Amino acid sequence: MLTKTLDISTSPHIQRGMSTEVIMRNVVYAIMPMVLFSIYAFGTAAFWVIFTALVSCLLTEYVLCKLSGKESSLSDWSAVITGLLLGLTLPPIFPLWMTFCGGVIAIALGKFVFGGLGMNVFNPALVGRAVLQAAFPVAITTWQEAFRPDRFTTIPTSLKAMPFMSPVFDGVSGATPLSAFKFDHITAPAAELAFGQVSGSAGETCAILIILGGLYLYARRMINWRIPVSILGTVFLFSGALYLLDATNYPSPVFMLLSGGLMLGAFFMATDMVGSPLNPKAIWVYGAFIGIMVVVVRIWGGLPEGVMYAILLANALAPQLDRIFKNRVYGTVKRKS
Amino acid sequence: MQLLNLLFNRHHDTFQHGIHPPEHKEDTRDMAIRQFSFAPVVVLPLVQHIGAPSQAVVREGQEVSRGQLLATAGGYVSVPVHAPVSGTIRKIANVPSASGKMVPGIFLEAFPFSGQEVMEGTPVDLDTASPEEILKGVQDAGIVGLGGAAFPTHVKLKVPDDKHCEVLLLNGVECEPFLTTDHRVMLEQAEDIYMGVRYLLKATGAKRAIIGIEANKQNAADHLNAHLPKDLPLEVKVVPVKYPQGSEKMLITSTLGLEVPSGGLPIDVGVVVVNVATTAEIGRLLPHGQGIQERVVTITGPGVKKKGNYLIPIGTPLRYVLEEVGVEDNISEVYLGGPMMGMAVSNLDISITKGTSGILVFTDKEVKKQQKVYPCIKCGACVEACPMFLNPSQLGILAKNEAYQEMADHHNLMDCFECGSCSYECPSHIPLVQQFRIAKSMVRKRKSKAHAN
Ligand code: SF4
Ligand code: SF4
Repeated sequence: MLTKTLDISTSPHIQRGMSTEVIMRNVVYAIMPMVLFSIYAFGTAAFWVIFTALVSCLLTEYVLCKLSGKESSLSDWSAVITGLLLGLTLPPIFPLWMTFCGGVIAIALGKFVFGGLGMNVFNPALVGRAVLQAAFPVAITTWQEAFRPDRFTTIPTSLKAMPFMSPVFDGVSGATPLSAFKFDHITAPAAELAFGQVSGSAGETCAILIILGGLYLYARRMINWRIPVSILGTVFLFSGALYLLDATNYPSPVFMLLSGGLMLGAFFMATDMVGSPLNPKAIWVYGAFIGIMVVVVRIWGGLPEGVMYAILLANALAPQLDRIFKNRVYGTVKRKS
Repeated sequence: MQLLNLLFNRHHDTFQHGIHPPEHKEDTRDMAIRQFSFAPVVVLPLVQHIGAPSQAVVREGQEVSRGQLLATAGGYVSVPVHAPVSGTIRKIANVPSASGKMVPGIFLEAFPFSGQEVMEGTPVDLDTASPEEILKGVQDAGIVGLGGAAFPTHVKLKVPDDKHCEVLLLNGVECEPFLTTDHRVMLEQAEDIYMGVRYLLKATGAKRAIIGIEANKQNAADHLNAHLPKDLPLEVKVVPVKYPQGSEKMLITSTLGLEVPSGGLPIDVGVVVVNVATTAEIGRLLPHGQGIQERVVTITGPGVKKKGNYLIPIGTPLRYVLEEVGVEDNISEVYLGGPMMGMAVSNLDISITKGTSGILVFTDKEVKKQQKVYPCIKCGACVEACPMFLNPSQLGILAKNEAYQEMADHHNLMDCFECGSCSYECPSHIPLVQQFRIAKSMVRKRKSKAHAN
């Protein structure tokens, strides 16, 4: 006689077996090559900047969870992503105490005030960076050229600046390709950009690695391919049209694609699931919006780079885009609001 | 072109969205249907269908023969119940049902060596019967949707006076993983299916019939094509393997390119959909005026020893079935139906009913563990899975705040048919379908309350 007591659960009784923790962990895997390359290109300084950003994000997450009496959310890996991405968007000689502040802001202001993972409107790393940009406009636009021979032996003095003191830069500021273009009309060759031979933020310089990381995530169905495709496509078409009109004043579309933080932004920042829309149509608009903003800021704006602000603005619009560009529900004629 | 289709999500031979769970059909799909043994006592619930309970017409102690009418339909949306075996009526009392509720039922003790002959009633003659007479015959045979819905088939077949049925659509998709009953029925009961189609065409007034079969059952499609009578306007359409291809609405979209309007029925686009096993049953029973006494059930899953497709007498206790096929020691959950929409049962004293298409047994290895639920990370996996193009993420957030009415009014909650695709995909393990089931019943309750006042 069969006497086993059975459990009951509700359908479906099978699942794809994906989990949020696994997705986040894989994003970290995809970011790691960029971290390593940036240490290789910019030396010990880049290591310290990324490391500080990471520690500060994890620490903030931990303390805030403790304070609010919530279960620690460190295990979902999202704070690791925020920390690494923040580090990668900063100049590799950025003062460490400022980096630390950036991490605290990213987690506290970028994520926690909204109610934690999933509730945040903006990409937390970009919130951190935006605040740093506003607070420390000089430090955040002071760069070091890549592959300095002494990059593993000396630590730039700016890194060790004391809190609330103006950092001293060693007077070696390598202009980024974008600022070189903006202010001096010099465009860097595509190959140098693709392989990260140029100066810039710690993690944004090697386009190839970023694309590979993105492809890895795409292959594992962990990013929405529409986002990078729509952003890069828009930038290419828009800047390409300008280039065709006037090749002397406007940069080539290839330069536009490969320079600055565009690749990093398109593959790793704008794709942050929480801040991007859900509906496919809304995603296309979201990506196109970012693309247009990037070109406009870079060419006509006062700043050399506009990726960060473009993504933050698009993040803010995302819920609205989802509302406007809803999927048409099966069996309905018109969109119902 | 491929790329364009990909970019704009255009597919013409199937519905959009949906999921691809592992099929697990290889265990039983090549196993021919076998007669199951008779239990010493069969228990026939009088609520095996959606609608009013059947009314018993036998008394305790009465001797009945196989195929005899035991209970009549309790109204228009109801069907009769027939004796699956010759024997003595032992008791008429409440019995447990899969949903956990107690329902009236009949206990029938089989004669030890009863024969296989089945009592015949008044045949429904295909050539002379009117559509109404065929519908009546279908009801008298006690037929309900054998795909699992268990809705009385004659009600479904009744074309309203202001509507017109263009196409009779047979559902041979069987998109639930593990299940292979319809597959075997198509391979083994082609003649019954053709006959059933003739009755159904006449009953609905449709000029042509289409049978939709998932591509993983190509041999069934070939078989039905090879033996197709020349004069039968039946077209075999093979549709891609994708869950929930077998839902009525999705199959209509895949085979005909039409969408059933929200809140409407297939007949609103001129289609009547009937499960293929139901069709075979009609084709087999109506010429003899018999009632349904048994059905094909796939018994499978890692917890089952003798997996297979069995012809099981209606009313056979689940406990008896599992003891006969043998189960592993570490079984943990038993489902009636497939793993996507099937219901977990805790009570083995329930019976196999007309709507039981499969018995799936999971051991503690397959049963999904209590998983940590993360917040919704807006990954969009559910949105890209939902065949109804709803936004389960948004619905889930509203459900959490118990904003049920808003879900129904502004986010098409009532269009959710609980296929489970969203829950299957969700990496945060949010119990989306479960929330929607609750939400839907709350909305319905509120609505009927508003009506009552
Ligand atoms: S259960 Fe409902 S909401 Fe979820 S995928 Fe199926 S129809 Fe869509
Ligand atoms: S699948 Fe789950 S986590 Fe992803 S958007 Fe839907 S509800 Fe949110």
